[in-house]
Amino acid sequence: MTQLNVNGKAVEVDVDPDTPLLWVLRDTLGLTGTKFGCGMALCGACTVHLNGQAVRSCQVPVSSVGAQAVTTIEGLSADRSHPVQQAWIEHDVPQCGYCQSGQIMSASALLATTPKPTDADIDAAMSGNICRCGTYQRIRSAIRRAAEIKRGA
Amino acid sequence: MAADTADISRRDFLKSSAAVSGGLLIAIALPGCKPAAMATGGETRYATPNAWLRIGTDDSITFYCDKSEMGQGVYTSLTMLVAEELGVGLARIDTQFAPPGDAYINTLIGGQITGGSTSVRDGWDKLRKAGATARTLLVTAAANQWGVDARNCRVEDGVIVSPHLDKLKFGEVAEAAAKLTPPKDIALKPPAQFTLVGKAQKRKDTPSKVDGTCVYGIDVRLPGMLYAALAQPPVLGGSVKTFNGEKALAMPGVVAVVPTSSGIAVVADSWWRARKARDAVTIEWDGGPNAALNDAKISQTLRKASADAGRIMRSDGDVASAIKGAAKVVKADYELPLLAHATLEPQNCTADVRADGVDIHVPTQVQQIAQATAAKAAGVDVSKVKVHTTFLGGGFGRRLEVDFIPAAVEASKAVKKPVKLVWTREDDMTHDAYRPPAFDQVTGAFDDQGKLIAWKLHLTSCSITERFFPGSTEKNGDPFTVEAAANYPYDVPNVQVDFKRQEIGINVGFWRSVSHALNCFVAESFMDELAVSQKKDSLTFRRALLAKQPRYLRVLDLVAKESRFGYPPKGRFHGLAVMEGYGTYMAQVAEISMADGKTQVNRVFCALDCGMQVNPDTIVAQVESSVIFGLSALMWGEINIQGGRVQQSNFDSYRVARMNEAPRIDVYVLDSQEAPGGVGEPATALVAPAVCNAIYTATGRRLRSLPLTRYKLA
Repeated sequence: MTQLNVNGKAVEVDVDPDTPLLWVLRDTLGLTGTKFGCGMALCGACTVHLNGQAVRSCQVPVSSVGAQAVTTIEGLSADRSHPVQQAWIEHDVPQCGYCQSGQIMSASALLATTPKPTDADIDAAMSGNICRCGTYQRIRSAIRRAAEIKRGA
Repeated sequence: MAADTADISRRDFLKSSAAVSGGLLIAIALPGCKPAAMATGGETRYATPNAWLRIGTDDSITFYCDKSEMGQGVYTSLTMLVAEELGVGLARIDTQFAPPGDAYINTLIGGQITGGSTSVRDGWDKLRKAGATARTLLVTAAANQWGVDARNCRVEDGVIVSPHLDKLKFGEVAEAAAKLTPPKDIALKPPAQFTLVGKAQKRKDTPSKVDGTCVYGIDVRLPGMLYAALAQPPVLGGSVKTFNGEKALAMPGVVAVVPTSSGIAVVADSWWRARKARDAVTIEWDGGPNAALNDAKISQTLRKASADAGRIMRSDGDVASAIKGAAKVVKADYELPLLAHATLEPQNCTADVRADGVDIHVPTQVQQIAQATAAKAAGVDVSKVKVHTTFLGGGFGRRLEVDFIPAAVEASKAVKKPVKLVWTREDDMTHDAYRPPAFDQVTGAFDDQGKLIAWKLHLTSCSITERFFPGSTEKNGDPFTVEAAANYPYDVPNVQVDFKRQEIGINVGFWRSVSHALNCFVAESFMDELAVSQKKDSLTFRRALLAKQPRYLRVLDLVAKESRFGYPPKGRFHGLAVMEGYGTYMAQVAEISMADGKTQVNRVFCALDCGMQVNPDTIVAQVESSVIFGLSALMWGEINIQGGRVQQSNFDSYRVARMNEAPRIDVYVLDSQEAPGGVGEPATALVAPAVCNAIYTATGRRLRSLPLTRYKLA
């Protein structure tokens, strides 16, 4: 049995230790908001937070997680009230939407450490997340808007 | 008008292609979708005035959306069309994806298909009529109850109001409405009276796409479900010779190793276990006919075939004589590579094969073909198969294919449990139906006054349509090979476009904008070659030849003005392209800079006239999306074949644009009262010629094959 802390809750899972966190979240815990895109940390669809840092969960063996706090898109807010989610809705960012959980997790991790991100900050934090629908321009605007919302603007 | 004629002939062609396909189209009537029927469901009773709408006695309104949502916004825009005439706000309507059914056949294509940028064009009249029919029945039922003239009643957000201000909800008259005969002739609102259509609406699917609750095919979970991974032949078109699954079967959680029509499926209690055990299956493959296929052979095959004339798809005047007598002739050869779709959601299907029937949960663009495919794989009649369409994590034409369905069905049948089959990214990249490669020869001829008197385009490529519907293009040729070519808009007296079909032994598929992206690159790059040969600039040269094409001229002038075409900021260079596709007129300007031998696309300006709009912001979003899609193909897109195997496997070897590579995109949508045009695809096609024309301005080098990674540009 592996103990995990997912979205503020202690959970126990019975999985092979080499199972990537992604598949534990999706198949064992039913948290399907985190997506499988490439299995090689190339696309960012599986991005979650480990102790607040954005990681690619397809490359994190569940045995390495330990007591670190895992946050998934389902745990970002209970009601889409996180500033990034609000901004995403305001700008109607998603198209097919498949990458957007990962985009939102990367963006929220960025804003947690960088309240006023520059274009270069956004490039650096977001270039690991592929959007095949090409919503990059809206993501960039929405990140700026989320920063404003966070500052109470 | 030329475009209209082309549209009609395409429609007729497709109707005939659907007819040719025979068994493809399966009639499954919706329960109670006959006029004015009632269906029961628990305590709530439902009126189903037509195949698209269901009004519950609980005042619920369900819209069966007959197109798949793959990002292009139909979940919202088609709901808007039906809501406009029904007389309710968008929030009142629960939008569900329609099952397979003849009522949902796309009139423009001839099958239940989401593709060809047709969703709004197909639904524009049909869905407004569906809404209007339902509203008329409901209002009549209410008016009958009140004993007043229905013409004096009105509808306010799902509430019918009498001339005496009495009110009845839709749900309260649903049962009575179900007993009425639907009216034959329905008058639709004139566009000037639209309250929803043409007015920006928030996408209905955004909330579920920012909180992780949106269910894609890969997210389907059924009770008792198992998971499968699939080993497919590494050589395209290969097959399994022998296999040994003993080692895999001994691994933890593995339930079965199932030989399927697409390869060896390993079924386990988790996908990760299935995926690991898949690699433990020992398989001897038969390479099949493509075992020695490679890029050079494909290119040679096309070049060799191009020596023969193809089928004439447009012929004005006498091109041969005009070229013979010309003062100046310009010729060029262009070549384009195979491309993968690379939807971000890998292909997948969840199948539940039981004694009493089959359910498949699948992200598909083709419900009826999916149903027929599952029925065949399960060995049951199509009437036994239910298709549940999920949201699609990208389509781009990839999900017009159904190659991921049979193995899921066969595996479920073998283990007698629901099975979710998920391909890896590598499976997906190496087993696509690729955009066909092309080898094209183009000729332009001028008279001694410098007037362009002939334009000839000789295309050599594969026919995707023939792959889908064998024999269907024999009569009239394949319209999906000559897009952005046969509609050559420039005022030239002698024009000829011919298509030489040459297959290459591997599956080719419809890829966002289909042959537009191939042919627009050739036609619009070559327009600049012709302009250069006359020492004219791209804009002046085109404008003169588009004097009789007002819709082209408007977008061209608008994009030139907004981009300050020809006057880029210091260190930047401009390139231009124009095209009509899917009934939408478009012009793009790319603004680029060069650094370290590489091209950076800094900005893209796009002006379009897509006729009447449904959800304006979705149009802008689709152009933004298409530009990035076209950019990825232009910059890096290339599938290479060696020994019949695809060399690219994941997003490291098949690069697509990322945030730091995404240009600023400015979109200008013209007000237009023309019929709606498609917007999901066309902008894809203009990026490559616009950028390559800019590269010529910057470097003096004319690039006639793609992607740009082939070149070191000074």
